[in-house]
Amino acid sequence: MTASQRELLESIAAHAVILAAVAFSLYPILWVVSLAFSGSTSLEAQVMPVPTDPTLDNIREVVGSTRTEVDGSQIWLFGRQLLNSIVVSIATAVVGVAIAIPTAYAFARFEFIGKRGGMRLLLATQMFPAVASAVPLFMILETLELLNTRTGLVLCYASTSIPFAVFQLRSAFEAIPTDLEEAAMVDGATRFQAFLRVVLPVARPAIAVTFLFAFMTAYNEFILAATLLNDERAFTLPVVLQRFIGEYDARWDLFAAGAIVVSLPVMLLFYQVQRHMVAGLGAGGVKG
Amino acid sequence: MVAVKAQNIVKRFGEVTVLRGVELDIPDGAFAVLVGPSGCGKSTLLRLLAGLEQVSEGKILFGEREVTQLEPRDRDIAMVFQSYALYPHMSVRRNLEFGLRLRKTDAATMNQRVGEVAKMLDIAHLLERLPKDLSGGQRQRVAMGRAIVRRPALFLFDEPLSNLDPALRTQVRVDIRKQHDELGATSVYVTHDQVEAMTLADVLYVLEGGEVQQRGRPIDIYDEPRNCFVAGFLGSPAMNLLRAPLTRAGELWRAGEVAVRDAGHFSKLRPDAEVILGLRPHDLRACAEAEADLHLEVEVVETLGPELTVHGVLRGDAQRQPFIAALPAKLAVQKGERVPLRVERLHLFDAATEQSLR
Repeated sequence: MTASQRELLESIAAHAVILAAVAFSLYPILWVVSLAFSGSTSLEAQVMPVPTDPTLDNIREVVGSTRTEVDGSQIWLFGRQLLNSIVVSIATAVVGVAIAIPTAYAFARFEFIGKRGGMRLLLATQMFPAVASAVPLFMILETLELLNTRTGLVLCYASTSIPFAVFQLRSAFEAIPTDLEEAAMVDGATRFQAFLRVVLPVARPAIAVTFLFAFMTAYNEFILAATLLNDERAFTLPVVLQRFIGEYDARWDLFAAGAIVVSLPVMLLFYQVQRHMVAGLGAGGVKG
Repeated sequence: MVAVKAQNIVKRFGEVTVLRGVELDIPDGAFAVLVGPSGCGKSTLLRLLAGLEQVSEGKILFGEREVTQLEPRDRDIAMVFQSYALYPHMSVRRNLEFGLRLRKTDAATMNQRVGEVAKMLDIAHLLERLPKDLSGGQRQRVAMGRAIVRRPALFLFDEPLSNLDPALRTQVRVDIRKQHDELGATSVYVTHDQVEAMTLADVLYVLEGGEVQQRGRPIDIYDEPRNCFVAGFLGSPAMNLLRAPLTRAGELWRAGEVAVRDAGHFSKLRPDAEVILGLRPHDLRACAEAEADLHLEVEVVETLGPELTVHGVLRGDAQRQPFIAALPAKLAVQKGERVPLRVERLHLFDAATEQSLR
């Protein structure tokens, strides 16, 4: 066998393995897509994930859900629920990252009493499942009259997203050479200006990732949302989705259609944010 | 332009004392070099001058103004970092403008100054690039430019050449000295490289163990090192330092084998004391047998073009301490030869205190 023949064979083998891996991970998703666009409500197992009687009815039904209020007016329920999810997730990410940035910077750059213990404590909070705090959170929100509100949900999500965000951002700040801030301070900046004009821009990729992570966690969260919300006008999308699979009636076709609609904002956001995550932005400022 | 004085500077990090009562006295417009091995405290001293660290004790004065407690930005200084510390998210132009923008300089002045500096350092064609797209030498020039463009009273350099390859280093060293002479500002330059120290300095400080071992013009320190550390640190190849008994026969003093011909220069000679004899490789001359002070038994000969670095041991040295002589290449010394050497100049140090006996 010549060298070029061997290269060809290796290439074929490698592509076969990659294709198998892709098929393996994409198959369930294709199956959901097929289900969402199928006309029949039956859930028969199909080997090939191709829609039968292709239709947009399921999507229309999910997206077009409405509710008649006591006063007789109609509201677009799905729109409201989508807005809930997006507002809550963005607010969670903004609040979480805004609090995590100065915290992480302090952990990365300053010496203070309780620094090591504080970091450990933050990490320890990550070991408890969210559901463990569901009951106390419910009681706190009830006292504050924040049940069934976006604010209440944001408060809960932000507080749980902060420890991980701090952990992630601390590593990012530690990776930025202190020379950069010192150069800025010698150049005439205050410590805060050095942080604002040099550290933050250099850490932008890490901040974008942290933001995205906090957003997605909040966007996908189900257990707390299901516990803290019982008014369908306040639902976030995961709760809406779950409602399609009722005790007596499982509407998998609507569930699949909903799953696709719900995924779209995340995909859009991911596409937007990834531009900020371009590797190597931080490279070249200091000689390594 | 400003004179720099530091009085009794002590710096401690927790339990560790890094600087122990350092005094600096750098005249206005001088190029001062702080040189010493790693860990001697020279970079810490520079950071204290910059205001990036706070002194534990002592005072720092720029001219008549005490700056000990001032923030870096209030000291009217610029610093070139070993890592260059260019802002990676800003173009070269923005890097140069950074300090001016913070000081709310108007756009016209800013443009003019950036233009001048870019021309001076030959980086005008790089202004719109990001630091990551520059070579090491270009980054170094941008870092210099960022310091110069602000027109500070004092330049601080923290080993600015150590990331450059040797050929470039020599060239940039000359450039730095030229720019210093043109700008007329005071410069303080930290290095562990004795060639940089010798060539750049008007005033040289040799530091070791958190203390100034010697201050002076480079050539004076080279010629008359105050102690064994300074003697061994400056000069390449390094001074040979040998333990020997000091003896006296009438007016003739001898340190081991070697006659101390200019004994009058040494004010602190005591007979029968143990001394350290210092011989610079370049202060040895090959001579006729009758004139010889020493005999070098040659082990290795390195050819450097104009001269030879001859490694060996001295005849009669029971401890066989390594010894180096720098001899003209035309002598064609061979391995295994025994070369008679005349001592042109010698240094004597107290064996216990390691201080010069001058």
